[in-house]
Amino acid sequence: MSVMQLVEALRDPATTAALDRAGWTALLSVARAEALAGTLAERVAGRPVPREVGEAMADTRKAAREAQRAALWEVEMMRRALAPLKLPVVLLKGSGYALAGLSPACGRQIGDLDILVPRHTLDAVEAALRDAGWEWVKQNDYDDGYYRQWMHELPPLIHRSRDRMIDVHHTILPPTARPTPDAAGLFAEAVGVGEGLAILSPEDRVVHAVAHLFADGDLAGGLRNLWDIDRLLREAADKPGFWGRLGARAQRHQLAKELARALRLAAQLYGTPVDPLLAGPPHWGDRLYIRRLLARDDWGRATRRLTRFGFYVRSHWLRMPPLMLARHLWTKLRRR
Amino acid sequence: MTQAWQLAIGPVGFRLGSAWGRPMTQLRQLYDGYPSPSFADYTARIEPARPWRRWLRPSLAITGDYMIPEALPMALGHGLLALEMAMNLQMALGHRRHLLIHAATVERDGRALVMTGASGSGKSTLAAMLGERGWRLMGDEFALLDLDTGSIHPFPRAVSLKNQSIAVMERVAPADRFGPLLLNTPKGSIRHLRPRADAIVGMRAPATPALLLFPRFGAPTDVRPVGAAEVFVRLTQASTNYVALGEPGFDALSRFALTVPAKAIDYPDTEAAIERVERLWAELS
Repeated sequence: MSVMQLVEALRDPATTAALDRAGWTALLSVARAEALAGTLAERVAGRPVPREVGEAMADTRKAAREAQRAALWEVEMMRRALAPLKLPVVLLKGSGYALAGLSPACGRQIGDLDILVPRHTLDAVEAALRDAGWEWVKQNDYDDGYYRQWMHELPPLIHRSRDRMIDVHHTILPPTARPTPDAAGLFAEAVGVGEGLAILSPEDRVVHAVAHLFADGDLAGGLRNLWDIDRLLREAADKPGFWGRLGARAQRHQLAKELARALRLAAQLYGTPVDPLLAGPPHWGDRLYIRRLLARDDWGRATRRLTRFGFYVRSHWLRMPPLMLARHLWTKLRRR
Repeated sequence: MTQAWQLAIGPVGFRLGSAWGRPMTQLRQLYDGYPSPSFADYTARIEPARPWRRWLRPSLAITGDYMIPEALPMALGHGLLALEMAMNLQMALGHRRHLLIHAATVERDGRALVMTGASGSGKSTLAAMLGERGWRLMGDEFALLDLDTGSIHPFPRAVSLKNQSIAVMERVAPADRFGPLLLNTPKGSIRHLRPRADAIVGMRAPATPALLLFPRFGAPTDVRPVGAAEVFVRLTQASTNYVALGEPGFDALSRFALTVPAKAIDYPDTEAAIERVERLWAELS
């Protein structure tokens, strides 16, 4: 049993037929560690499994559905708070998938509420949210200033009584990162989902998921992000002209290389149908990514410390130029 | 994982892992006679707080399928307590099959007496004592309220006795059911007590809640009725998963608050409490 068993179970739930109870115990632990337990439970729904396993899976499905209901209520609270501003508000990631009923939403764990608004409206959005009960998470001036100057989002806000977090983005990557996505283009192509809310276009959804996976972070939760990509691609793959538009959008957002890598990894791990031209030839570095994505043992523990650390360093390297990185790490280090 | 074991407590299976041998040996002795299921709902672990802390000034972190990042590391000598806390953590953060109420429960004639209250209210000691006197101990930590039937499922963990109550129970329960005495834990002195065999044999048998008590240790004897609205609010606070369960949790808790009679009892010592509990119970039927 390894984390590969989780990947296989998601790709082809029939592979779980070979699992004994101990195997299921490990599979569930690993899935929880990767924030994929709800997804797994939905994938194996209706399959013959040992009785206790079936009960645990049913609990997990129920919990995921209830959590999505709560996440959508949070969307509604945000919508009411921002409605007077008459802005285009784009829902990103989990809550967007859930509201639009897209396939990645099935069983998906939804953390914070992520929204995208035009940069020039940030002050008004911030004020409206604070009026409606969202507050700053306690933090110091350096962090606050850092977010406002260098990040693609406001410092996180948390709701006073519901204790839920909202991230207000104005683009999908930090301005300090090397690729510069076309933020205005994201709004121009966004698709309405009713009542002043929208989600990204099918192509931009994939590009955003790719940006989130590779260009912004250390691949923590990577299997889940890659699963989102798999589902989004399967949902859109048959639409005429999809792959051509996807390639063009990735170029436009300066994320073509990242898209190619995501397609190769998704195809390799989840058997995702991808356009071979966009995916490009295998790259030696792909093995390193796979190694990092699968760095977990059957107790759900993180393994491959060195690989993980490498990706952690890389995430900072991608996010900021060298001098700024040095200053940032120095400040963080002194504070520990 | 150096040491691994699976343990069923009531309807819940745990996979336990420890980087050290001794805490697991102590746990296995404490839970002697409990079933060891082949599927576990939750994995709970204790592991070095930092890689070198396995050998060098050992310090352990409580973790598992569910974890809280800011949990304080504990001393290796308290490893048994840490394993217990790791199991609690999985329940508190992950369990959704039942509404979890922080309460001690005992059963007689298929009906359950549920006692809830803050730490120090004496509910564990009271439940443990009743468990030695003709009641079946269903648990001293969590009452599992069934969302569909409204019955209570047992969760008969070893009773966690603290400070003065250790000596009280040592006088009535045989020595072979006690775990080691743990001194200077974050909660003072702790000694675990394995419930009687009837509690372990009956750990899959639910009971219908018949009486809810809010005991408070250390005051002259007094009994007051508690209204349904107050019961409801106090139980939402005593539940770890009420919010996460959504509507089914609300329905189950409302039903409980509306149908189960509730009393607050103050008591100066365990004997006075038991006498009062028996009298209240007799008045029910």
